[in-house]
Amino acid sequence: MLEEFLGRYSYFMIAVLMTIGIYGMLAKRNLIKKLIGMNILQTAIFLFFIEGGGKLGATVPVIDPQLGNDPAKYINPLPHVLMLTGIVVGISLTAVALAFLINISRTFHSLDEDCILKEMSK
Amino acid sequence: MEAYFSLKPLIAVLVSLLASGLIVLSGSRPNLREAWTITAALAKFAITLSMMPAVLAGKYPEVALFTISPGVSLALKVDPAGIIFGLSASVLWILTSFYSIGYMRGLSEHNQTRYFASFAVCLSATMGIAFAANLLTFFIFYEVLTIATYPLVIHKETPEALAAGRKYLVYLLTGGVVLLLALAFTYQIAGTVDFRPGGFLSQQVGQDRLMMLFMLFLVGFGVKSAIMPVHSWLPSAMIAPTPVSALLHAVAVVKAGVFGFVRMAGFVMGPELLQEIGALGIMAGFAAVTIILASLMAFRQDNLKRRLAYSTIGHLSYIVLGLALLSPSAWSGGVLHIVNHAAMKITLFLCAGAIYVKTHRENISDLNGIGRQMPLTMGAFAVAAMGLAGVPPIAGFVSKWYLVQGTLETGQVALTGVLLLSGLLNAGYFLPIVARAFFSPSPGFSKYSEASPWMVIPLMLTAVLSLLMGLFPDQLFHLYQLASNVAASVTGGGVP
Amino acid sequence: MSAAPVLIIAPLLLFAFISILAGLWRTSLAYISAVVGGTLSLAAAVFGLFQVLTEGKLSYHLGGWPPPLGIEYVLDPLSAFMALIIVFVGLVVIVYPPKAGLYQVPQRAVPLHGMIMLLLAGLIGVVVTGDLFNLFVFLEIYSLSSYALIAIGGKHALVASFRYLMLGTVAGSFYLLGIGFIYFATGSLNMADVARLLPSLYASPAIIAAVALIFIGIGIKMALFPLHIWLPDAHSYAPSIIAAILASVQIEVAAYVLIRMLLSVFQLDYLRLQLPVMATVGWCGAAGIIFGSVMAIAQRDFKRMLAYSTIAQIGYIGVGIGLANPLGIIGALLHILNHAFMKGCLFLVAGGIRHETGLREIPWFVGLGRRMPLMMGAFAVAALSMVGIPPTAGFFSKWYLVRGSIEGGNWAFAVIIVASSLLTAVYFFRVIEKVFANPPPTSSTGTVQKCEPPPRILVPILILAVGVLVLGLSNAVIVTRVLEQVVAPLFSIAGGR
Repeated sequence: MLEEFLGRYSYFMIAVLMTIGIYGMLAKRNLIKKLIGMNILQTAIFLFFIEGGGKLGATVPVIDPQLGNDPAKYINPLPHVLMLTGIVVGISLTAVALAFLINISRTFHSLDEDCILKEMSK
Repeated sequence: MEAYFSLKPLIAVLVSLLASGLIVLSGSRPNLREAWTITAALAKFAITLSMMPAVLAGKYPEVALFTISPGVSLALKVDPAGIIFGLSASVLWILTSFYSIGYMRGLSEHNQTRYFASFAVCLSATMGIAFAANLLTFFIFYEVLTIATYPLVIHKETPEALAAGRKYLVYLLTGGVVLLLALAFTYQIAGTVDFRPGGFLSQQVGQDRLMMLFMLFLVGFGVKSAIMPVHSWLPSAMIAPTPVSALLHAVAVVKAGVFGFVRMAGFVMGPELLQEIGALGIMAGFAAVTIILASLMAFRQDNLKRRLAYSTIGHLSYIVLGLALLSPSAWSGGVLHIVNHAAMKITLFLCAGAIYVKTHRENISDLNGIGRQMPLTMGAFAVAAMGLAGVPPIAGFVSKWYLVQGTLETGQVALTGVLLLSGLLNAGYFLPIVARAFFSPSPGFSKYSEASPWMVIPLMLTAVLSLLMGLFPDQLFHLYQLASNVAASVTGGGVP
Repeated sequence: MSAAPVLIIAPLLLFAFISILAGLWRTSLAYISAVVGGTLSLAAAVFGLFQVLTEGKLSYHLGGWPPPLGIEYVLDPLSAFMALIIVFVGLVVIVYPPKAGLYQVPQRAVPLHGMIMLLLAGLIGVVVTGDLFNLFVFLEIYSLSSYALIAIGGKHALVASFRYLMLGTVAGSFYLLGIGFIYFATGSLNMADVARLLPSLYASPAIIAAVALIFIGIGIKMALFPLHIWLPDAHSYAPSIIAAILASVQIEVAAYVLIRMLLSVFQLDYLRLQLPVMATVGWCGAAGIIFGSVMAIAQRDFKRMLAYSTIAQIGYIGVGIGLANPLGIIGALLHILNHAFMKGCLFLVAGGIRHETGLREIPWFVGLGRRMPLMMGAFAVAALSMVGIPPTAGFFSKWYLVRGSIEGGNWAFAVIIVASSLLTAVYFFRVIEKVFANPPPTSSTGTVQKCEPPPRILVPILILAVGVLVLGLSNAVIVTRVLEQVVAPLFSIAGGR
């Protein structure tokens, strides 16, 4: 049991990160904190891909004449490349969300969800 | 019995749809607008009548337009049952059109363009129902009829009219969706929905599923034909202008429901199959109860149109009762009663409308002595009322005769009793109106006279028509022969 | 290899930027270039559909890398069908003037048409891609554009859009995580390749987790009850034309992803028998039908009523997918098409009413029928179609769905579908009664003031309303020519009757 945990401890950490992220999005009343929760959730998923692409004892995927063409010697670059795209998407989302938040705080003079809801129902 | 290609059924359906477009376009010129209505009515009648010889000779005009759902075409086919219904609707539309003009102008009603346009669409839908060659085509026109009648029901736009309109929609749309279930179920178990005399379902499907299908049909068509306990929309809908009540609630809408029973019992499930699964008894039971209860409830109505509405509910169930007896005479009687009841009931409604236009009175208790001022109107009323009670030689007697004969042939003496008792009840609630109109002292009716000829002539004509159909059931449009053709093809038996 | 799949997206992406740049110089040029781009894309979509129907599946390898290494764009009957709907509705909406559709265009700041083009490009991308990760990217492209577009609707819309962004991102992340599991189990992201590799792995818990994550993610994007909570606010506060695109094609694209998973990635029996995914989708749909209809009855605001009605209509699509038989899928796909026309038309009508009279709430709609007869006539057609009155299009999707339910022996679904037409009738006839049956407020002279909107508003509405009737009458052609080909590979036998 312990061995299993130690062998995959990074995945458990990723799961913990995801939980923290989702908790932040659900439980925090401040919209900025919700956004931070969202970022934590996304980061956890990026880490999941990056960890999944890793390989013990392998090197960067540039063919080295000394190592030859043995695929076991190189890590899989695809998940990492995917996550570059994922990070771009994540940044765009964060940027748009921040733009919204600036506007919201200008309109409602608050970033607290309860205050905003009260203001909206007026 | 062969089918041949002809565009006539399609034209008969489309002519009034086209007219409704023209009516809307010429809304600002009332005379032109009414001319379109009359032209379309005459054209529709002429086309329907021109198909009659072929149908009598056993050749059915047919047109399949295009595939509406994979495996099912939007198809029209004129068979004896269809032409009986189509003919009665188109004849009575001509008379009602003239009458409507008199009525609407007599009351200077608002929004007449919408009224005439919706009326024309209703007639298209009715012809579509009459000539539909399969259940899906039938259903499409059936729902169009429901929707097209709605503007007519709420025509007055008063809160009561709107409430009646809501009630109307709730009942009829519910009936419609139940029918949709029945339709989809039929298609799934049979793989076809084309009408076939004697039915296309077989016992192999299984007793339970057939019974379930039958119950769905019973509810679906039962709503539109106002079988108790789902009848109460009909008296409420009487708030519509009288010509609407006359044509739509005595001829088109409710008869579409009854005609649905004809198609279901005769052309989808088949009377023998219904007999085998024990469904005929249920149908007859509902019909018998409705006949008696509706007649009793008619007594309690003081509003003339509501009394007529309850009488309609009763008479519709005569037809259903006729279909529920596995006997050619009962079937002939039932099918004949579609036409006969239409002619007589429309007379009564037209009389009620004529009285309303002249005196603005709707209650029977206010009509003392009206007969002396409006003798023609009340004379026609008396003829039609006696006809509905079954007095010879008026049309109602003929159909009732065959119905009674049917009950005796099948040995259902209890149902004979129901029919006879209902005749008495009919006389009981109609004759006092006539007696009151002619023999009671009239308090200040002297200032009234007959309504305009636009209205009186149509109602006289329908009264004469009811009389003629009683005297010569076969000579006039060969109705009897057509009805017995239907009965023979459906029940597979000979004609007595 | 054929370029058709890319040719549908390329004009949209290209003109998205041209439109923005041109719009900075002169506002009217933004509009013109958007229309040009939309038209080119529509032409490509029509051409693509015909080519697919005659020649079969077309595929394009992006950058020349063959799958499974490279990204593959696939145009098969299903994606060609969806692409055509998206581009057509999109073009109709682009033609609709932004002044009426958006109430308050900030005069130059918002590169509005460019955003709409980007939204459409994202939607088309989801539809034509054959790669699971690429699908995620397009999913986020269209989501990002919709967040921005919703937020134009004012301060309420801003908050609604932020909440939608939060939930939408969770949905996207779940989907991405699900893909991660699939990738690490199979080593491939190409849909066809994954479908080939998966069957031997079905027992693995990773795949079960992947299915759960993907379906929850897509369920949120699709607003399938009970994951719909973002929709009512987002759709009712969004500007009318944006709401029209969102309700009529955007969430349907998520429904498409669900069907695509069924058709091209997982095997039907796995989702039906080993995991109760199909049953769950069906029952969520059924619950959504009832919930959406009941909530719609309770609304005063016209657009909010339409938004709840969308939840109900998505429920129909869910039921169709959940039935997982040919008739059910045909019904769901036909409903995607029909709903695009009906709901698009209704939201555009809402925009037209708002633009001409400033009204939003149903109780004030008294007498509009006489003041703007053509537009309200179009409204009546679309409303009757929502109720499911034949021969309008809405009836026929119900017809296939009811038949599918009966064929699957699932009477509960059949009863819910027909019962909800009654609920739909309740909330639409409430409006129809107000609009047509009550006398309009008259001016002092006693005549009715006509205020029919200008042709640029009216024509898109009438096109969609006529489309509703045409689709109804020609549904047999669509079903036999296109949809039966879509479902044929799924069920090996050729379609329904």
